[in-house]
Amino acid sequence: MSHALTPSQTIGPFYWGTLVNTYRADLAPPGVAGERIELVLSLFDAEGALIPDGLLEIWQANSHGRYNHPDDRRNLPLDAGFEGFGRASTDTNGEARFATVKPGRVPWPAGGMQAAHVNINVFARGVLNRLATRLYFEGDPGLAEDPVLKLVDAARRRTLIAKRDGAGIWRLPIHIGGAHETVFFDI
Amino acid sequence: MEKDIYQRPATGQHPLNLSPAYKSTVARSPKQPAIMLPQSLSEITGPSLGAERLNALENDLTRQRIGEPLGERIVVHGRVLDENGKPVPKAMVEIWQCNAAGRYHHPGDQHDAPLDPNFTGGGRVRTDDEGKYEFITIKPGAYPWKNHHNAWRPAHIHFSLFGPAFATRLITQMYFPGDPLLAYDPIYNSVPEGARTRLQASFDIETTRPEWALAYKFDVVLRGRNATPME
Ligand SMILES: [Fe+2]
Repeated sequence: MSHALTPSQTIGPFYWGTLVNTYRADLAPPGVAGERIELVLSLFDAEGALIPDGLLEIWQANSHGRYNHPDDRRNLPLDAGFEGFGRASTDTNGEARFATVKPGRVPWPAGGMQAAHVNINVFARGVLNRLATRLYFEGDPGLAEDPVLKLVDAARRRTLIAKRDGAGIWRLPIHIGGAHETVFFDI
Repeated sequence: MEKDIYQRPATGQHPLNLSPAYKSTVARSPKQPAIMLPQSLSEITGPSLGAERLNALENDLTRQRIGEPLGERIVVHGRVLDENGKPVPKAMVEIWQCNAAGRYHHPGDQHDAPLDPNFTGGGRVRTDDEGKYEFITIKPGAYPWKNHHNAWRPAHIHFSLFGPAFATRLITQMYFPGDPLLAYDPIYNSVPEGARTRLQASFDIETTRPEWALAYKFDVVLRGRNATPME
């Protein structure tokens, strides 16, 4: 029996206090294995104006490269207390922060490994469909062989690659449009 | 290319990102087409948003404060299914809405309508083993917005669901049947014509609670898995 998909709508401006109460999500309580990092994601519209009412979500593997989900059946450790999901609103500077651990690498269906990455959802007033993108880490040795980056025009790959900004801090601007438009994925 | 685990939406199901009648989309929509990504573990896994995140009574928006909110009490219920008609069990359903007067309990909402100290407008519940969910709330009011002259949003409830995977994530809005404002709303009408009535709940006399509350039914359909030879 086939059922018709429910269409998407904008999150609108007034989700604060219900979906989220924070500008900085902490995914990794003490004891979770891995390199501690903080992701600072900033959100811009097509004219370069910052977006102070966006909602960002991240989903990632743990430091061993294992997703906390029943469809990841690989024999790799799960970390107690680490789900791999975070949700934060952008603040008046258009920034949302995520304290987490650097994810391990996960395999690619056609063989080989993907470079370490974090999966991102972007929502905002004026955004009618979830925008899906990724964050990679500048200087990561896996970047050159990453099968997803290979699908992207070389000139646009930099829109997916976070830059290190001090110890453990990684910054990535996300541009919904304009000259620096971020690469979004149809997943 | 590997076979997709989750079906990809056919065109005509979702709004276009650029829907100029909804003015905010003009500067907030990508110009480049999204890049088709084969589905890896990153896309077919997702957070479980488990029961430990829930407090009791989060599905009853009329009992979150000291007194009862003003307005018309309603039951909003339905099932979360996938495109194959399979129920999605243990799925987190999160909602938010304005009060009966059309005002959100939110610092950014400056609409000249009263706040209700007994209504914050947020609710959460997980579906049961048959994919069913139920909220008790009050009927939200219509409210004006600045999109165009005399613009009013039809009464609606915002819904957020993750479903089983990153690929199935959905944020949408539920509307009420027969609302005359639907015809004028660029957000509702951003959905292609053949698909937009799916966002209207149906009045449900069977679930109405005599002497207490009217009921509306709203089923949500998330992307389904492709059939595999194993299934
Ligand atoms: Fe709304």
